Amino acid sequence: MPAGGFLASQPATLWFLGCLALFTLGVTVLAEGFGSGTLSTSMVKILGMTLCLCLIAVAMDVVWGYCGILSLGHFAFFGIGGYAIGMWLMYARTEGIVTEALLSAPIPPTETEITDAIAGQIFGVVGSSELPALWGFAHSLPLQLAMVVLVPGLLALVFGWLAFRSRVTGVYLSILTQAMTLALSLYLFQNDSGLRGNNGLSGLQNIPGLDHVPQATLSLWFFWASAAALGLGYLFFAWLVSDKFGSVIRAIRDNEARVRFLGYEVEHYKLVVFTLTAVVAGIAGALYYPQAGIVNPAEIAPIASIYLAVWVAIGGRGRLYGAVIGAAVVSLASSWFTGGGAPAIDLGFYTINWTDWWLVLLGFGFVAVTLFLPRGIGGVFDRLVRKS
Amino acid sequence: MSAILEVSGVSVTFDGFRAINKLSISIPETGLRAIIGPNGAGKTTFMDIVTGKTRPDEGRVIWGEKSVSLLGLSESAIAQAGIGRKFQKPTVFEAQTVRDNLAMALKAPRGPFEVLLSRRSADAEARIRDIAEEIGLADALPRLAGELSHGQKQWLEIGMLLAQAPRLLLVDEPAAGMTPAEREHTTDLLKRAAQTRAVVVIEHDMEFVRRLDCRVTVLHEGAVLAEGSLDHVTRNQQVIDVYLGR
Repeated sequence: MPAGGFLASQPATLWFLGCLALFTLGVTVLAEGFGSGTLSTSMVKILGMTLCLCLIAVAMDVVWGYCGILSLGHFAFFGIGGYAIGMWLMYARTEGIVTEALLSAPIPPTETEITDAIAGQIFGVVGSSELPALWGFAHSLPLQLAMVVLVPGLLALVFGWLAFRSRVTGVYLSILTQAMTLALSLYLFQNDSGLRGNNGLSGLQNIPGLDHVPQATLSLWFFWASAAALGLGYLFFAWLVSDKFGSVIRAIRDNEARVRFLGYEVEHYKLVVFTLTAVVAGIAGALYYPQAGIVNPAEIAPIASIYLAVWVAIGGRGRLYGAVIGAAVVSLASSWFTGGGAPAIDLGFYTINWTDWWLVLLGFGFVAVTLFLPRGIGGVFDRLVRKS
Repeated sequence: MSAILEVSGVSVTFDGFRAINKLSISIPETGLRAIIGPNGAGKTTFMDIVTGKTRPDEGRVIWGEKSVSLLGLSESAIAQAGIGRKFQKPTVFEAQTVRDNLAMALKAPRGPFEVLLSRRSADAEARIRDIAEEIGLADALPRLAGELSHGQKQWLEIGMLLAQAPRLLLVDEPAAGMTPAEREHTTDLLKRAAQTRAVVVIEHDMEFVRRLDCRVTVLHEGAVLAEGSLDHVTRNQQVIDVYLGR
């Protein structure tokens, strides 16, 4: 189908892209780095990170809401994307610092001396001065960018192939994906994993070669990149689920045995969806962590993937804009409540401190949405559109 | 006429219970065949074996002119080979429109990338219309399958089977829960389908079997008890004892 025809048949996608463009323009005009300065640099970063979370939520909606695979491991792919780009960011920046320091040395340093110095800088914190084999490509931006896509993609492909081929479904598959995330997180926590243990990769907000660009401007660049990624990702998934392919994966969600008797290889479809969404999750992570500045194993902990499912459930499964709404509303509310933005409520005998009570509020919110809005916040939009 | 499906000496045991016992059935290339028998006679298990859902302990299931063994093929491979199955309970995709249900079933390449890059063709649309016409759902194409009546869902499922263009249709209790008028329509549908392909109907309801007016196979305890016209088998003393007499 030609692109124009596709968009014309998708009013919701057009609406979404329009809103995203307006939002991007609005933030740009108000941002410190470009426009009036009403929005602080850290606020722009939070908004840019939120767009990345929206992107992974859209991917989660496709794999869960459309294809019925409740993956509790997609945040692992997000984290891997962050680690992949973080390795280059850290290596290249350390290389710059080390080379500069060694320039003043009486004898010009050799290749090995530079590599050793970089390794010492990066791994001193975990008591090592060897550059692990894992970092073999860290000097090259194109190679690490390829890793952003390849590592989550291959991991999802192998994991998915094993799980789907054995016809693991439902809650058992959820548990399996959860175990994968937990195993990855525990592995990364080890100091000798080659990725700096619980320190993670830090200083990622400093982009090598762009030292002269202020953070206010950089934050806006990343914000634009995140908005573009969300727009393209949304468009791609809207296309994926629009026609017969979308029909087949929704049918798999509702009755996979029946789809088999129609002659479709259910496992192949699940594998394609699982892998594609994992790749998109990796890309979202690679954009998120340079804005966050740090990626560590705690990010990959199982709880993160459960939050992801909660966002999609609150936003409304099976509609892509629902996932965006859920991720944006819940993650922004979370940073407002836990970041000290919400005023504490003094009840006289007890003070409600939102940093502690936010999770309780989120829990009640989740129960309330499940009870009163089974189609999520996105479902309310559906009803409004149908009425008008 | 040569057989399209040849089941010979098939046995299957579930936890010590022998559901199918050295069963041999031959299905010709075209025409209707009814399979009747009391509960637990192995009717549904027979379908499960042919469609790849259950693996038999012994025996052979041979398909088509090339005499391919169906044992060891996956459900989807068997479906692609040309065997369509209709379940007892109508199983259509209720959250999707009648058109989407039929489009999914329509004979076309089934791989994920082929489906992703396929385009809607006028040809496919015409075939969907033809089938919708045939099953009496031409006006219901844009409706959600979940909104259809019970009988309409049964027809939609038969329509999905026709769309697959199978050479053998296995139909499990198609008339269950239908009004007399709906039964008549269903009988016509099956008879017409049987003119160009083999149709095997599992049925409990003798009245419906009589309407089908075809060769009947009686199963009992996982084996063939009698075979022939309905009048012939209903006169058989053994059949009367195990099935009709009760």
